[in-house]
Amino acid sequence: MTRTEKADAAPAKREPEEHKVRYHSMAALYRKEMSDHITSKRFIIILILVMVTTIASLYGMISGISDALESSSDYIFLKMYTTGGNSIPSYVSFIALIGPFIGLMLGFDAINSERNNGTLNRLVSQPIYRDSVIIGKFLAGASLVAIMVISTGVLIGTAGFLKIGILPSGEELVRVVVYLLYTIVYICFWLAMSMLFSVVCRHSATSALASIALWIFCAIFMSLLASIIANAAYPVDNQYNAMFNSLKNYNCELYLNRCSPYYLYSEAVSTILNPSVRAVNAVTMSQMVGAISSYLSLGQSLLLVWPHLTGLLALTLAVFTVSYVKFMRQEIRGN
Amino acid sequence: MAVNKTIICTQGLTKAYGSKVAVNHLDLSIREGEVFGLLGPNGAGKTTTILMLLGLTEPTLGSAQIGGIDCTRNSIQVKRITGYLPDNVGFYPDMSGRENLKFTGRLNGLDEKTINEKIEVLLERVGMTYAADQKTGTYSKGMRQRLGIADVLMKDPKVIILDEPTLGLDPEGMREFLHLIKQLAAEDGRTVLVSSHQLYQIQQICDRVGIFVSGSLIASGRIEELGRQMAKEGHYVLEVAVHPCDDKFLSFLHSMAGVLAVEKEGEKFIVQSGRDLRKEITAFLGQNDYTLLHLRQKGGDLDEIYRCYFEKAEQESEKDDENRKSRRSSGKKRTGRA
Repeated sequence: MTRTEKADAAPAKREPEEHKVRYHSMAALYRKEMSDHITSKRFIIILILVMVTTIASLYGMISGISDALESSSDYIFLKMYTTGGNSIPSYVSFIALIGPFIGLMLGFDAINSERNNGTLNRLVSQPIYRDSVIIGKFLAGASLVAIMVISTGVLIGTAGFLKIGILPSGEELVRVVVYLLYTIVYICFWLAMSMLFSVVCRHSATSALASIALWIFCAIFMSLLASIIANAAYPVDNQYNAMFNSLKNYNCELYLNRCSPYYLYSEAVSTILNPSVRAVNAVTMSQMVGAISSYLSLGQSLLLVWPHLTGLLALTLAVFTVSYVKFMRQEIRGN
Repeated sequence: MAVNKTIICTQGLTKAYGSKVAVNHLDLSIREGEVFGLLGPNGAGKTTTILMLLGLTEPTLGSAQIGGIDCTRNSIQVKRITGYLPDNVGFYPDMSGRENLKFTGRLNGLDEKTINEKIEVLLERVGMTYAADQKTGTYSKGMRQRLGIADVLMKDPKVIILDEPTLGLDPEGMREFLHLIKQLAAEDGRTVLVSSHQLYQIQQICDRVGIFVSGSLIASGRIEELGRQMAKEGHYVLEVAVHPCDDKFLSFLHSMAGVLAVEKEGEKFIVQSGRDLRKEITAFLGQNDYTLLHLRQKGGDLDEIYRCYFEKAEQESEKDDENRKSRRSSGKKRTGRA
C-alpha cells in the first residue's frame, strides 16, 4: 500500500493547486466535524458534566478558600484552582479525572462510526487526501477541547475573582495560562488515544470500552501496579533493606508512575500551580544544604515541568502517528 | 455521438490478498459515453476492481487509467472526475439530505453559491426535493440511493461508478433508478460503470457487459455478441412443450444427434444440444400428430449467457482443482472413494 499512501499523502509537483485541495477538503471536514460535535447529544452531555464539575469545584473552592488563606496568603489566585472544601475536590483534581473523559467522548467513534454508517468510502472517494480525514477530525476535536478547557478555566478565575476581590498578579496569570495549556495537551492525548481505538476497533462500543478501560487503568491502577513492582524489585520490608533500597524503591515507583499520562499531568500541574513545590524528584539532604526557603520563580517552575510537557506531547504524537499510519494502510471496505 | 475514445482502461490489473487472488490480470477498456456492466457473483472481485480504479486500494500488479490519469499515482485527479456510489451508500444520519450534499460540494472545493444552485437542480432531478430537509437517518433504501446519485453528480463527473446500485430496491424504485442511470449516459454523455449480480436489470441498461468470475474477466462485449459467441461455440438451449406430452416424444429427443441433456421443467422440456434442433423437432411433431405449445431457442438473454459462462468457468476451476488434487495425492496411497 506504500504507493497509494504516497499518492494520498504527499502533495505532488502541482504545489499550489494541491495545497488548495488539501486546505479546501480539510476545512470542509473540520467545519463539518465541529458542527457535528456541537449539535450532538453527546456534546451536550459532556458540557453538562463539565459545567456541573466546574460549579461543584467552584462551590468547594469558595467554602474552603478562607481556611487555605489562614495558613498562607500568597498566590491567592492560584489557590482558587487548587483548593477544595467540604470534601469536594478542587478544580484541578476534577479536571485531571474528568478531562480524559471529554477527549474519549469526542474521539471514540471518529473513524469506526464512519465505517459502519457507510460514509467512509463515500468520503474517501471525494477528491481529498486520506490523511485529511483523520487530521481534520483530530483538529476539530482538539479545538473543542481547547474551547472547553479555556472557558471553564476562565469561569473559575472570574468567579473566584468576583468573590474574593483580589487582582491576580502577572505571574499568576501566566501560571494559569500554562496550566490550561498543559490541560489541553493532556486531554488531546486522550482524544488521540480514543481515535486510535476507533481506527483499530470495528465497533464503536468496543473502542469506547477499551479507551475507558485504559483511562481507569492510568488513573487508578497504574499507581498500585507501580508500587507493587517497586516493592518487588527493591524490597523495603526490613530495616536493613530499607536502608539500602528506599531511594531506589521511591525512584522506581516514580518512574513507573510517570509512564501514565495521568501522573505526568498531575505532577506537572501541581508544580505549576503551587510555587512552593521545589522539586519533582527525590531530593537528598545533602542537595538541600544551602537552599533558601522561598517560592520558586516562574521560570524555574517551568524548567521543572518542561520534560513533562515534552513527554505529554510526545505521547500524544506517538499515539496519533500510530492511528494515522493504521488508518492510511487500512482497507477502506469495512462492511 | 462519439463513443470511440477509451476513458477507462486497465492493463493486467491484479490484486492479491496473501495467496488469494481477488482480481486476476484484468484488461478492461470502456469507451466514453457507454454504460458498461460488470457482472459476477458475490466475491468475484468487482468491488476490489472498483476500489483500484479509484486509487483506494493499490494493485499488486498492473495499472489502471481513467481519462488518461493513472488511478494509483494521481488518485486525487481521478477522484475529481469520477463519481462513486458505493454499495450500501451511507449518509451522516444526523444531517439532512441537503446538508449531506452541501458537505460533498465543499469537499470538492465548490463555492457556496454554486453548491446551493446545484443542490436544487440535482434534488429535483432525482426527485428528492420533498425530503431534502429530513434527516437522512429516516430515509429508506430507495431514497438513500437516489440521494446517492445526487451526491455523485455534485462534482459533475465524467465517469460514474455504481457498485451494486439496485440491491434492495423495490420494483418501482428499481425502474425509476434504472431510468435515471440510462439518462446519465444518454443525455449527459457520462460514462457509467455498473457492477451487479442482478442480470435482468443490467440487461436493460447496459451497452456492453463484462462477465467476471473469481477474479477473471471471462467474456466481454455486447449482449447480442455474447449470445452469438455462445451459439458459435455450439451451445444451444431449447425450450419445448407439446401435447400430448408422452414418453415417445421424450425418447425422440434423446435419440436425436447432438443432444447433450434433456430436463423436464413443469410442462416444458429443456434440451441442451450442440446444434440447432428446431427444424427436426417441428418436422417430427407434424408427422406424429403432436400439437406444438411452446418452442423457444434460448441464448439471447443475459441470464442464459451468464449461466453458460459461469458454468464453464466453474467446470474449469473444478478441473484445475481435480488436477491439483490428483497431483498432490499421486504418490500417496489412495483412500477408497464412493
